[in-house]
Amino acid sequence: MSRLLDRVLPFPSLSLILWLAWMLLSGFTAGHALLGAVLAVLLPLTTRPFWPNVPRIRNLPRMFGFVVVVLYDIIVANVSVAIKVLGPLKSLRPGFVEFPVELDDDFAIALLASTISLTPGTVSADVSQDRQTLLIHALDVDDPDALVAEIKQRYERPLKEIFEC
Amino acid sequence: MLETAISLAMGLFVLAWLLNLGRLIFGPSLPDRVLALDTMYINSIALIVLYGIQQDSKLYFEAAMLIALIGFVSTVAVAKYVTRGDIIE
Amino acid sequence: MDTLIEWLVSAFVMIGGVFALVGSIGLARLPDFYTRLHGPTKATTLGVGGAIVASLLFFSWQERGLQLHEVLITLFLFITAPVSAHMLAKAAMHRDLKRMKGTRGEPWKQ
Repeated sequence: MSRLLDRVLPFPSLSLILWLAWMLLSGFTAGHALLGAVLAVLLPLTTRPFWPNVPRIRNLPRMFGFVVVVLYDIIVANVSVAIKVLGPLKSLRPGFVEFPVELDDDFAIALLASTISLTPGTVSADVSQDRQTLLIHALDVDDPDALVAEIKQRYERPLKEIFEC
Repeated sequence: MLETAISLAMGLFVLAWLLNLGRLIFGPSLPDRVLALDTMYINSIALIVLYGIQQDSKLYFEAAMLIALIGFVSTVAVAKYVTRGDIIE
Repeated sequence: MDTLIEWLVSAFVMIGGVFALVGSIGLARLPDFYTRLHGPTKATTLGVGGAIVASLLFFSWQERGLQLHEVLITLFLFITAPVSAHMLAKAAMHRDLKRMKGTRGEPWKQ
């Protein structure tokens, strides 16, 4: 039974996201719920070869906590960066910072890089071939080590717990 | 109240859009221009959403969504072209 | 109730406009490409975010029911903005664009 389920729904979370996106796009009616369900099963099945190994979310409550922290940081950091952008440009101290990645999974690293780019003031510019280092450009960085430590503590550790990698 | 706020906000977005246009024209480098275009389409999305509120019509949502999709794809394609000299390797 | 919603929608619309403008001022004003890259990430996150939340509130109130489809745009932008920023940063490093005076650290060779 579970093997059959595995074959029909190779990526349950992807199917759920597809279904939700469909419902949001076309409205919550019974007909669309059915059509969306059919698509949510068919699309992952037909595109299966294109998907790399996507890790399972092991810790759902932690995931929600992470999203809340990121949203909060986006708002706070936006205000501080807005002040820096409008202030005197001479006092900016931009810099490239190399961030040693501890995550093992490509998807988790991509999430970390996206989070770093979304929180204003830092943009992840590149990732090394061996997936061990991220290159981050910071708009105004006082102490690069402190920035690395903050990202590790605020974003990397929760991601490590969520995906257990 | 709402009318005024939306008109004001649209003014702000248009101002932002004009600043992007300046960056698009004056460059100086190609990535700068692509970045300016990228920001322009993002501001356009917000403008369309605001116009939708002003006209009290939900039709504009689809237009905003389409611009979001096409804008992203074109930015990535051009950025890739600038880096590699090729889009699909 | 109606005035409250009206105030909220107006507030979100204005917040969005102000942040988008600040992001674009950054794009126009900052000295080198790498610092300019920080502008659009702001415009997307809070600028469009504000407009979307306003639209969400407005239509939910108009239709007397939750209207969530605008969330898709924000979601999409949240996923795509870091990707375009990343691609543009790589393009800039490939072209070896000049950095602002006082930039610490080195970009990688592409």
